[in-house]
Amino acid sequence: MTTNQLLEFRSVTKRYGAKEALGEVSLKIQPGKIIGLLGPNGSGKTTMIKLINGLLQPTAGQVLIYGQRPGIESKRKISYLPERSYLNDWMRVKDILKFFRDFYQDFNLQKAEEMLENLKIDVNDKLKTMSKGTKEKVQLILVMSREADLYLLDEPIGGVDPAAREYILNTIIGNYRPEASVLISTHLIQDVEKICDEVIFLRQGHIELYDAVDQIRTQRGMSIDQLFREVFKC
Amino acid sequence: MTWRFDENLPIYTQIISQIKQMITSGRYQPGEKLPSVRDMAQEAGVNPNTMQRALSELEREGLLYTVRTSGRFVTVDQQLIEQIRQNQAQERIRELLRQLLLLGFSREQILELVEHTLQSMMEEQDDDKSITGI
Repeated sequence: MTTNQLLEFRSVTKRYGAKEALGEVSLKIQPGKIIGLLGPNGSGKTTMIKLINGLLQPTAGQVLIYGQRPGIESKRKISYLPERSYLNDWMRVKDILKFFRDFYQDFNLQKAEEMLENLKIDVNDKLKTMSKGTKEKVQLILVMSREADLYLLDEPIGGVDPAAREYILNTIIGNYRPEASVLISTHLIQDVEKICDEVIFLRQGHIELYDAVDQIRTQRGMSIDQLFREVFKC
Repeated sequence: MTWRFDENLPIYTQIISQIKQMITSGRYQPGEKLPSVRDMAQEAGVNPNTMQRALSELEREGLLYTVRTSGRFVTVDQQLIEQIRQNQAQERIRELLRQLLLLGFSREQILELVEHTLQSMMEEQDDDKSITGI
């Protein structure tokens, strides 16, 4: 059975041995939204993202993309930026571009080349010779150059300097299709809060809050960053 | 101009007031075509949906209008623009006066202060023509 529901968690639990990483999480993600996935270290953000990708299987409950479990079909629709690089260091940017073009039908080569040029990244450079931040930029460009329905970005801007951060966030705004959604996990709340429609606060594997950002600002008179600091005060 | 946001307040209401200001200050001329929602969102560094929401609101207020195939334009209704300009002036003056009254200034003192400050600003502006407003 397929539905129009882009992404749904139905009472999803994930345990690693005795440790519960997610506890009966239920949520629905609508198309056309940029959603911040926020929470302290170990709150379950990466686990959630890996469950959506099918890299992890839920201990209980279901993760559904268009009503189906993660698989070949969903991978076609989801563009994923992992926390750690999976690209080979010895590759040149232009080789990786070819690789992506061959691998993903929805890869827009022209768009990728344009963005690389804007960030003054030479396609003849090898990943090995690049700084951490430049590598991150390359990967984000690759991921955002797919015309996917759902983008999963796990800590996309952590190693990037503030000036490039702005460009990258702009890249995200400018490149996701209006009917696609973007799920961004990050600690850099201040940087992303302007571009988010909604935020999810995760605390120890449970959803603490899932609301529209302007709603939060209107109701509480504070920024998402401030609210986060208050909710997760140590 | 650069967009500035106070993150403690809803972004879309801030976009609305900033676009109003761009219209009343003449940065966007009456009848001028606006960039696409996405371009404007990118320029402001905000979410496109938020920009869309603000633009829709401005449309409801009559300050913008959409032509089906060609895009979104600034109203040519000069009267409306003038009215909004007046409102903006009122709002700012009220805020200023509220604060001055709070500081204990009398009516006469406020008028004198405003007159005096305005006078010196005008002189500075004559000295330095590079002050252009926005």
